[in-house]
Amino acid sequence: MSFSLFGLQVLNGVEQGLLLFLVASGLTLVFGVLGVLNFAHGSFYMLGAYLAFWISAGTGSLLAAVLIGIPVMASLGFLVERLAIARLYKRDHLSQVLLTYGLVLLFNELQRALFGNDVHGVDAPRLLAFRIPLGSAQEWPAYRVFTAAACIAVAALMRQVILKTRFGMRVRAGASNAEMVEALGIDVRKLFSALFSAGTALAALAGMLAAPLTTVYPGMGENVLVLSFVVVVIGGIGSIKGAFFGAMLVGLSDTFGKVLLPGLASAMVYAVMAAVLLVRPRGLAG
Amino acid sequence: MKLLELIDLHTFYGESHVLHGVSLSVNAGETVTLMGRNGMGKTTTIRSALGLTPPRSGEVRVRGTTVTRWPAHRIAREGIALVPEGRGIFPTLTARENLLVSARPGRWTIDRVLRLFPRLGERLDHLGAQLSGGEQQMLSIARALLTNPSLIVLDGATEGLAPLVRQEIWSAVRQLRGEGTAALIVDKEVRALLEIGDRHLIMVKGRIVFSGTAGDWRARSEENLALLRA
Repeated sequence: MSFSLFGLQVLNGVEQGLLLFLVASGLTLVFGVLGVLNFAHGSFYMLGAYLAFWISAGTGSLLAAVLIGIPVMASLGFLVERLAIARLYKRDHLSQVLLTYGLVLLFNELQRALFGNDVHGVDAPRLLAFRIPLGSAQEWPAYRVFTAAACIAVAALMRQVILKTRFGMRVRAGASNAEMVEALGIDVRKLFSALFSAGTALAALAGMLAAPLTTVYPGMGENVLVLSFVVVVIGGIGSIKGAFFGAMLVGLSDTFGKVLLPGLASAMVYAVMAAVLLVRPRGLAG
Repeated sequence: MKLLELIDLHTFYGESHVLHGVSLSVNAGETVTLMGRNGMGKTTTIRSALGLTPPRSGEVRVRGTTVTRWPAHRIAREGIALVPEGRGIFPTLTARENLLVSARPGRWTIDRVLRLFPRLGERLDHLGAQLSGGEQQMLSIARALLTNPSLIVLDGATEGLAPLVRQEIWSAVRQLRGEGTAALIVDKEVRALLEIGDRHLIMVKGRIVFSGTAGDWRARSEENLALLRA
């Protein structure tokens, strides 16, 4: 592998990892703080991608799609939490899996009814439709650079919110002892709603950003969901920092697996997960 | 005025009947102590009062308002702050964050709680998990005070702490009393409780079996000590 090809794969891996982080961060918080295994999290990614396709086809602008899509998806997350997820807080993981898997089926049918089974392409914004040369033989599409930068900006913003705001403090406090948070006069129900809604919006944002890169297709949510669970397990349940490093690891091993061992590409990610768990059974940050 | 009033509470954990008609009240500015051996229902009484384990029957009132089925955070907002058994410190938050996470405006400010517990001032940037037991207890009391409550509920005020730290905690509790903050205190240290409280209660098997002043308590100290002996 030439040096520039290697560099390109690193960039692709990091970028895939960053997108995965946006999805996995919501999943790990919902699991760690709310105690809910949310299989429908991948559906939010898928819905985000379809919204990006639908709105950008109508308006010709991916930016408009993101600006409209984020509040729409945050509201959807709020509704799903209030109407369905909130009933699961006192239930076991089996009930959670059954209900959230039911939601997956529901969202998939919705997608089929509205958009059919075709694969759709989404155009990158025209402003970013150029390529950046990388060494002599390779080039990197500007939209990928933009996506990576946007993910880094969102990750930095999340870090600020979680470390520096009262909302973030309460989320971290709730992750270790939600009852104590409630006993101190904080409405944990509202906190959970807000957190779930934010996680939904983040997954959807990842789907919107990924739409021009991966195309939009039925079942795209499930692929991301499985990888996100791997990220959560590698990172340690409930840890944003763990999710970040876990996502990088999964993004890079998936990318390099496809290049180096095409036959075993899908096994690569799980091999990495097994290796991490052998050394740190509770994940990187656990 | 009755700040907190529990009327004939019956509380269950699943099928097991833990409280058998508990009634008690705490007046504004008053310090009430709750004594009893382990497993007699002291913590359950507190959890029932605060809405953490709602009673199956009976009534909880705060300043005359019935709050029995209210969510715990709303009862807390009525001005009741908990220092729980085991201290309930958030281990992954710094001491400062533990204080700020639930602070509400009022007489108590960070500066004031740090004057009450100067030792916390040096530890503000340490994680909750890194503090000693005594520091955690001080932090838990300081955190409760920063919600600016009219009643502070201390479940196990000095349990598991070294004698010097206990003295520090008791002297802080005395200062609160001087400020007119009402308190409901559970502890094992009978002598300290008798000295600090206005009224004293003893629980046995989910019932209040004694209620009276320190004078009343001492008048039947043999029997009372027998009730508390393990």
